[in-house]
Amino acid sequence: MLTKRIVPCLDIKNGRTVKGVNFVDLRDAGDPVELAAIYAKTGADELVFLDISATEERRKTLANLVRDVAAKVNIPFTVGGGISSVEDVDILLQNGADKVSVNSSAVKRPELINELSSKFGSQCITVAIDAKQIDGEWIVHLVGGKVPTELNLFDWAKEVETRGAGEILFTSMDNDGTKDGFANQALARLSESLNIPIIASGGAGNMQHFIDTFKEGKSDAALAASVFHFKEIGIPELKAKLKEEGIPVRV
Amino acid sequence: MKIVIINYGAGNIQSIKFAIERLGYQAVLSNNIEEIKTADKVIFPGVGEASSAMKKLKESGLDKLVPTLKQPVLGICLGMQLMCNATEEGSTKGLGIFNVEVIRFSNTVKVPQIGWNQIRDFKSSLFNGIDEESYIYLVHSFYAPICDVTVSTTDYGINYSTALQKDNFYGTQFHPEKSSDVGEQILKNFINLK
Repeated sequence: MLTKRIVPCLDIKNGRTVKGVNFVDLRDAGDPVELAAIYAKTGADELVFLDISATEERRKTLANLVRDVAAKVNIPFTVGGGISSVEDVDILLQNGADKVSVNSSAVKRPELINELSSKFGSQCITVAIDAKQIDGEWIVHLVGGKVPTELNLFDWAKEVETRGAGEILFTSMDNDGTKDGFANQALARLSESLNIPIIASGGAGNMQHFIDTFKEGKSDAALAASVFHFKEIGIPELKAKLKEEGIPVRV
Repeated sequence: MKIVIINYGAGNIQSIKFAIERLGYQAVLSNNIEEIKTADKVIFPGVGEASSAMKKLKESGLDKLVPTLKQPVLGICLGMQLMCNATEEGSTKGLGIFNVEVIRFSNTVKVPQIGWNQIRDFKSSLFNGIDEESYIYLVHSFYAPICDVTVSTTDYGINYSTALQKDNFYGTQFHPEKSSDVGEQILKNFINLK
């Protein structure tokens, strides 16, 4: 049976892990490769690296990091952040990334999704969508949720699927950072109206939140950062709990 | 041990090279016919869209070479699909090694299938030491139905082939290079084939 995926997310700046990593057994808390290897060993199903660098060398630094991760880690990983062209994606895949995620660049130029999926295949193109509710309507936002667009979440998600995305990573800006649980109503609606996998992001605070997003939110995967980085939730314990609840997981 | 990964410009081959290196072997990336012919083991990868991958394979003349190889050959993911008679994706004619037609999952399940699923019904030494129901990583929209060369199966709406074998030709729909310890054991089994 296809299992639900647990996906730790690592924020990367200039090739280093930023914010919120508190692993006592890590020799170098800023080393994303070492952190990734630990996650792979402890049962993470997949990893996401989100690059937030803004330097001119970012492309090269990120390619090197991807190569180092691919050399060491035996589970799949996705790379996102600032990807805006076929060439960007080509470099990352050539260096060993399994999937890439695009966000703002796809909103600005939706044809990018068609170009990427026809060149590399839908299976490696994740479209990340950040949204929050304004007067009861889910509106897609850019720049980490700061800039509203005119796009409705569900319309945009449908368009993204039609254009060839293989998967959607939906972050609810209303839930992100609250540790109050995932946006399960919106997630369930996405999951029911689309036929590609949906990754839930934003709001993980405890194990029950993961149970809820798989059961009520009908999510295919759940992404979280700080609860894993600060060891508030251990992945083996989380998976044991999910299994107990009858949710299919890889243990 | 000379392991050659066929490099015909289709997809992410770096990960397979790294996985082999983690097992303590070296692998060469090559599209050179002599180099491939003289390898002890050949890996035929593939990620992306079938018709464009097949086009690249033809451009380099490798479509003629692969079916004639005598040493163990392992097709991975799209590589395995291209070793079949044909695939529905881009109405592509395959290499005809495995007598089966690759088709698309129906929309009663999410397509692509992305993630970890289980393998069972092993009929190949590729799976020596692997427990039935082990988890492997898959990402695909098209699949090979159960047929006479099926050597492992998986359930995703229907029961389908996750590995094929005919003589010295092996194929896995899953990515052993991304399937944690289970995948590494399967790769090791392939490398150790006589």
